[in-house]
Amino acid sequence: MPGILVVAEQRQGKLNRASWESIVGAQQIGNNITVLVPGTNTHGPAGELAAAQVREVVTLEHPALEPYTPDGFTAALADAIGQLSPDVVVLPHTYQTRDFAPKLAARLDRAIITDVTAVKGGAADQGTGVSVSFVRPMFQGKLTADVQPQGPGPHFVTFQIGAYRADQVAKGAAPAAVRTLSIDVDASKIRQKPEAPFQQAKQAVDLSQAERIVSVGRGIKEQANIHIAEELAAAINAEIAASRPICDAGWLPMERQVGSSGQTVAPKLYLALGISGAIQHLVGMKGANTIVAINKDPDAPIFEVADFGIVGDLFEIVPAIIAAVKS
Amino acid sequence: MKLAVCIKQVPTREWQPRLDDSKTWIREADASFEMNEPDAYALEEALRLKEKHSGEVVVCSAGPARVAQVIREALARGADRAIHVEDDGLASADAFATSTALAAAMKDEKFDLILTGLQSDDQGFAQVGVIMAEKLGLPHATIIMEVEASGANLRVKRELEGGWFQWVAMPLPAVLTIQSGINQLRYATLKGIMAAKKKEIRKAAVPAGAGSKQKIVAMYTPEKGKKTQIIGGSAAEAAKELVRKLRDEARVI
Repeated sequence: MPGILVVAEQRQGKLNRASWESIVGAQQIGNNITVLVPGTNTHGPAGELAAAQVREVVTLEHPALEPYTPDGFTAALADAIGQLSPDVVVLPHTYQTRDFAPKLAARLDRAIITDVTAVKGGAADQGTGVSVSFVRPMFQGKLTADVQPQGPGPHFVTFQIGAYRADQVAKGAAPAAVRTLSIDVDASKIRQKPEAPFQQAKQAVDLSQAERIVSVGRGIKEQANIHIAEELAAAINAEIAASRPICDAGWLPMERQVGSSGQTVAPKLYLALGISGAIQHLVGMKGANTIVAINKDPDAPIFEVADFGIVGDLFEIVPAIIAAVKS
Repeated sequence: MKLAVCIKQVPTREWQPRLDDSKTWIREADASFEMNEPDAYALEEALRLKEKHSGEVVVCSAGPARVAQVIREALARGADRAIHVEDDGLASADAFATSTALAAAMKDEKFDLILTGLQSDDQGFAQVGVIMAEKLGLPHATIIMEVEASGANLRVKRELEGGWFQWVAMPLPAVLTIQSGINQLRYATLKGIMAAKKKEIRKAAVPAGAGSKQKIVAMYTPEKGKKTQIIGGSAAEAAKELVRKLRDEARVI
């Protein structure tokens, strides 16, 4: 029975929901699970997470962990992993994890498999002799790979945001025990000096509340063509949004960006125009009820998540849709 | 300022994936390649830092012989010289193997700042810069949207999730992973292309102990989570049918 350590993410007592998704991921691998809660003010989140069906919850409280730094987290977690000696370490694939987990794995000279969406040969196939593989997207989601870690454990695995739903977590009959682990972190060795986080855009547009969204990607070709999408949005009473390259180019403001670095949306209708569906975009919109994809490439990954698709030239199709809506 | 930029050559966006006979990797012969987009932004940022602080930009790439194409392109855009860790095995290597190879080839150069893209558009590990920093004993920051360097100090703007940012200071030398969109890319001029032909490309070998720590056991086209109804016909017919479905079946407009 492999020992699995889930590293939850929280900041000053506020739990990142992706921590629940990681516990669901861990529950696909096995059931000997310990949840580690690093940071300061860890007791609240630890108490919440104790509701999950896990063996125990361990808090890792240290002033050197607030604010977050990769040097501080690597030192603290290397110490904790040494004490707890898990076989697998599971983390949510957040920006924070991406900042320190590869360093941690490299310090311990261990394998790290990132952005995992599913587990094969885990808890559900126990006793079948199949070794565990981790499923992850490759080539921007055009292909999928089953990957196995090599060499001694612990093996590190990060789960893509949205790979599992937080409400899929198996809950325990009684809350799991919570205990504290003491660690040694030399704060003088932390080289990064972070300043307070800030928001650049005022986020006047809350796309997460939109019922309908028309979203544009690289297929729109140039800024002068954005109006085509805006006309469609007006015709069906939708908000306009975009994938990252469009906002990077300044064709639409940053607060209109949907995806892992922008907003996460779940409208009734999401109409994707000329969006190929890179994984960073899909994580921001795959929760929409009805997804429509219009793209000239029939193999674009966006069609994997779409309910309705039209393969063709959006410059012909979108005006036709506007005409059809108005007729 | 002595700057290094690590770049990767990846299949183009238009490439249609085909698998090789082992069904664990792509058919490379069918693919056309280009510079990984986030790495192109890292290169641009290094060129801008050199313009501001003077110094040198060295482009580093780990891969088979074909990656010489993106190395030449980087030299044409303005990098001064290059290091190519050449090995066929690096084509499908994991981030651990790639970073070990790059770190070994770069460590004696004593760079002030090493930049690379936040992740690659092929395997998409988002690990190479961070592992390299650990191997070289340097501080790092990831997903960077602005770089300020002065003397021995560095101040960078990190992108957090959901529209949040944070400035982080650290001493040089350091490693940064650069986010796409940090700047506007320049393209190679004819003069740059001509000049690139005379620039030095130092070849390096893969060091011992640089094997991958993960193995691809199967590769395949994604399994559809949903049944997609593809609507055919002319643009007008397809549009009419889509609107009918959205109105009458999905009831979302």
